[in-house]
Amino acid sequence: MMIDQLRVGFVPLLDMAPLAVAREMGFAAEEGIALDLIRASSWSMLRDMLVFGQVEAAQMLAPVPIAMAMGLGGAATRLDILQVLSVNGDVIGLSQRLATRMRAAGYGFDFHDARAARTALVGAAEGPLRIGIPFPFSTHAELVSYWLTGAELEYELATIPPPQMVEALARGEIDAFCVGEPWGSVAVDAGVGTLVLPSRAIWAVAPEKVLAVRHDWSEANPALTGRLMRAVWRAARWLHQSGNRGVAADILARPDYVNAPVEVLERALSGNMVISPAGDLRRVPDMIRFFEGAASFPWRSQAAWFAAQMADRFNLDRAASIAAASSICRTDLYRRNLRSAGADLPGASEKLEGSLHHATAVASEQGQMILSPDAFFDSRVFDLLAPH
Amino acid sequence: MKLRIVIVEPDLARARQVIESLAPLGHDITVIAESAALARRVREIAPDIVLIDMADPSRDVLEEMALASDPLERPVAFFVDRTDRDMTRQAIEAGVSAYVVAGLQPERLAGVMDAAIARFQMFRRMRTELETTRRALEERKVIDRAKGILMKARGISEDDAYALLRKTAMDQGRKVAEVASALVTAAGLLS
Repeated sequence: MMIDQLRVGFVPLLDMAPLAVAREMGFAAEEGIALDLIRASSWSMLRDMLVFGQVEAAQMLAPVPIAMAMGLGGAATRLDILQVLSVNGDVIGLSQRLATRMRAAGYGFDFHDARAARTALVGAAEGPLRIGIPFPFSTHAELVSYWLTGAELEYELATIPPPQMVEALARGEIDAFCVGEPWGSVAVDAGVGTLVLPSRAIWAVAPEKVLAVRHDWSEANPALTGRLMRAVWRAARWLHQSGNRGVAADILARPDYVNAPVEVLERALSGNMVISPAGDLRRVPDMIRFFEGAASFPWRSQAAWFAAQMADRFNLDRAASIAAASSICRTDLYRRNLRSAGADLPGASEKLEGSLHHATAVASEQGQMILSPDAFFDSRVFDLLAPH
Repeated sequence: MKLRIVIVEPDLARARQVIESLAPLGHDITVIAESAALARRVREIAPDIVLIDMADPSRDVLEEMALASDPLERPVAFFVDRTDRDMTRQAIEAGVSAYVVAGLQPERLAGVMDAAIARFQMFRRMRTELETTRRALEERKVIDRAKGILMKARGISEDDAYALLRKTAMDQGRKVAEVASALVTAAGLLS
């Protein structure tokens, strides 16, 4: 078999796992791909590397290619979202000062109820809050904004690179953060922060990172695109087996990947979170997900939700933004390339976001497939065809 | 007209080099070495151009500033590619990224970028050379230690010890330095 070299960029976070596993467990090699994983130190660096051809594919914050399609933030190159790499996996953390005030007011930190957490936070805030997020276009920014809309709380989002989040909180530069694991757990271990919510408490099935390529590249390399997609999809399926989590944490802990302690990486993988420096434990099913419930399917309606949120925040036309976001979700490539690998495919490429409060069976090509709950904390439903 | 240029660079020696290459062009240059409160400091200085290492994690903070809609915030505007794609490509290959204030004339930018790109290319080469030398030195040290362990444990000569390491490495498809490092670790555990 011919071996093709592929350079794929990533930022050191737990959710790059499918890429590391595709390489280390031989799923890339099975497809004749020599996967060269290149670590980037910021999201802007990774975006530039992808746009200017220093890598062929990249792990991306789901809203980044969407923002680009909407004409936001420089570098106007069309990217394709091939598949979702991970769902959920972020945490919201607070300074010890805020956490102590909330505890004193009787808040129990259930790590589950976003409405109660919001009320407690509003009660404890002594002034405007600065909330650290990793990038202006990010799941983090959209989820925090959605969560705090309508709350009687003044706040400001501040961009802080994830590895610097702990220090920024310790120095008092920010009062709270929303960040991908393992950085929330690292803040807890450093004794500077308490976790208040997993991101899934705000939206139960928020697509977090996607696999993105340049549109012209996927057009010019259809077969290679398919091989890459299958390798990553099989890696995600492997990650789904609970028996493989220990090995996954071992791989990710390496200096070339996330470079964090195995035990800290295992927390989010297993859903056993330590939320405070005192060692309080909370069990979170679905803390991060790579595969089940059609997790890797690039739903147009999920991209549309981000587009609608960003259109509101940046004053852009909502309908045009939604159309642009939907067009870069390559559900066609997903269907074509992953059907042969055995992926069950949903009957539609859009759904009502937020309508499922329980795991639900829906029509699929093979009969029926189970979709995971996708509810928003406020029970609103987003319909991309009737966005208002 | 002088341009106001900010260089974000924690390494002072490196910053000084960039200043040397840009100063003859007659610009006003400020170096920010600390990433703390970067956005506020850049806002205070209100530069025409910000130069920053492409791999500096603080870049994402500047991206946020590019989105500020309040004119008083003096948005450090978009990445250069809007003006000149080729120049951006060269800059990325050299490892420098630039944020420029919207409306800056492209020809004014070109001089600064040419100087910055040349300087960053030099740094990149130096860094690669340094890294290669450092690694070679470390590898030699660990191989020497492994040879010493083998000579003592098996009573063989230095040449035979090296031959043994090399053969093991070839049999296992690994580097001599990797085998040596494994041996040194194992010996450390057993002693």
